[in-house]
Amino acid sequence: MADKMKKWWDLCRQILERDEEKKEMPRRYRRLRRNIIFLMLAVTLIPLVIMAATNAMQYQKNIKAERIKPIRAIAGKAAHSFELFLEERLSAIHFIASSYSYEILSGQATLHRIFRILREEYGGYVDLGIINNDGTKVAYTGPYDLLNKNYSNQQWFNEARVRGVYISDVFMGYRDLPHIAMAVQNLNDQGESWILRATMDTKKFEDLISPMGMDPITDAFIVNSKGVLQSDSRNYGKVLDQFPMEIPSSDSGTHVRELTDPDGREIVMVYSRLIKYDFTLVMILPQANVFQPWHTLKQEMSYMFVASVIAIFLVILGSTHLLVKRIREADEKRVIAFRELEYTQKLSSIGRLAAGVAHEINNPLAIINEKAGLLKDLVDHDKHHDKEKLMRGVSQILQSVDRCRNITHRLLGFARRIGVQYEMLDINEVLRDTLGFLEKEAHHRNLNIEFKFDEQIPKISSDRGQLQQVILNMLTNAFAAVKDGGEIVLSTWEKDGQTVALAIRDNGHGMTEETMRQIFEPFFTTKKGYGTGLGLSITYGIIKKLGGEIKVDSKIDQGTTFTIFLPKTPPGEMENE
Amino acid sequence: MNDSIKVLLVDDEEEFVTTLAERLEMREFDPSIATSGDQALSMVQDKGFDLIVLDLMMPGIGGLEVMKQIKSVNPDMPIILLTGQGSTKEGMEGMNQGAFDFLMKPLDIEELISQIHEALGKTSA
Repeated sequence: MADKMKKWWDLCRQILERDEEKKEMPRRYRRLRRNIIFLMLAVTLIPLVIMAATNAMQYQKNIKAERIKPIRAIAGKAAHSFELFLEERLSAIHFIASSYSYEILSGQATLHRIFRILREEYGGYVDLGIINNDGTKVAYTGPYDLLNKNYSNQQWFNEARVRGVYISDVFMGYRDLPHIAMAVQNLNDQGESWILRATMDTKKFEDLISPMGMDPITDAFIVNSKGVLQSDSRNYGKVLDQFPMEIPSSDSGTHVRELTDPDGREIVMVYSRLIKYDFTLVMILPQANVFQPWHTLKQEMSYMFVASVIAIFLVILGSTHLLVKRIREADEKRVIAFRELEYTQKLSSIGRLAAGVAHEINNPLAIINEKAGLLKDLVDHDKHHDKEKLMRGVSQILQSVDRCRNITHRLLGFARRIGVQYEMLDINEVLRDTLGFLEKEAHHRNLNIEFKFDEQIPKISSDRGQLQQVILNMLTNAFAAVKDGGEIVLSTWEKDGQTVALAIRDNGHGMTEETMRQIFEPFFTTKKGYGTGLGLSITYGIIKKLGGEIKVDSKIDQGTTFTIFLPKTPPGEMENE
Repeated sequence: MNDSIKVLLVDDEEEFVTTLAERLEMREFDPSIATSGDQALSMVQDKGFDLIVLDLMMPGIGGLEVMKQIKSVNPDMPIILLTGQGSTKEGMEGMNQGAFDFLMKPLDIEELISQIHEALGKTSA
């Protein structure tokens, strides 16, 4: 089972890994997928395993109990019958010893007659003998010549004299058949002890045991307390062989043990020790047969379990794969969308600039145009000898070209880059430079722009293009917020060893708390109709990307302050996109 | 033939407006210069100009406002607007408010002259 599971797992892992190689899935998605898979497997498999195990244990217990019950009953009954049988035979011997006196029985003819009746009535008796107080066989009827044999040194004789009753273990007797001997002690008129001893074959044992071993798989036999077989066993030897397993000594009654025999067979041993006699009835059945219904059920349950586990595993793998794929696709779409937005925003910033830039370029161009026209006119009208006038015109043209160049350079500096590119920047300079784009508008609208720069501010490592976009966006917002003649304050300072700050404050219309909470959300706009609602969310994104923070403070009708904190060295500076 | 035409040129770019005036003078116009809306308004009141060339984007009073005020006093005064913006939006707006035409900077002086003549109902020389 464990091997099978491992095989499955390897197979699944191979599929996963091949999949991963193919798509080169980034590590965090792999980790996400792994975590989801483990979590889902845990929440589904742990209860399933617990439930299956509990059920299996319960079923096993019930089925075993059910199967053992009749076997135990048979064993108990057989033991009882066997005990009754011994009791009965002993009682017959007792009866003879009590009914007849020593004198009568020791007469060979009487003993012979009694022996014949005994054989007819009970069957199985082989001989009968009388032993006197000295241990000498005084009368005997049977196949051997045992008359006058002395038994005084034999153990059974002494035991019979002490206990009054003796039943032997099985031994090989007449015609090499297994026999047992029974002896009872009695007293004659003189108070002397004498013993009546009978031997019988154990054919009757088989009859008693046979109901136990009716089905061919059951092995039923008798052993004595020394573990010697007292009847033939199907698997463990013939009579008088040593039974190869130890029978746990226990009280009378019927007991059940599950164990493995010396040949490695899994067996159920049911045994019942007789109360009065030194015999134990043993039934041995293969566990496979006894617990057949349990094994069938267990197998079915195992198949079900494995099938469920595989199904769960596949479903989890599949759904997790799909889920992570969707998440990844969504992430990728989001990143692409954000990049597109960023790009759109940049284009829109450039578009917004274009109008102002056109005006700014067109003005110097107009001057160049007029100056050049004038020079041409002077030549045409033959007045080109006025050197001072010519020089003035030329220097005006050059000045205007210079103005144009400044504008185009600034614009190029802004538009050149999309990705992040770090360089050492003086944020004062970046602020001034960016403000250059809007200088004309500020001039035309009579805006009062004040600089409160910390001229000693350390340079920071950041991206000029991105910072310019952010600042331009902030400035455009400030310009939109103030009336003509309004005030805008630009300030910079060093916040701490790691951070510099820049703030853009206007005294425009300000905003409500509600608006302030939403300004960094994409598509939120108060400029209905002409705003994209992306400016500040993009700004927020850029500042985060540069490792900075942005903060807004505003009061309605009093103005707004945007403060940007930038690290001197951005986190992950090496990760240029 | 252009001698009699008194043109007021209004633009905050002084270099532009003086040079333009000089060139028009060479073409026998009688140009005057104003470098802000305020100055233009005060000059209009004093002298009788035949035509005004007016820049739209100026600090202080913008071109459209100046035109509105002139038109309120002298509705028949022909006004040609100048715009440095890439877009024609403001120019169109000016025409709607009574401007004769609008021209983009940088100017083609011949085009300006032909527009002046057209505005004054004279055929170009």
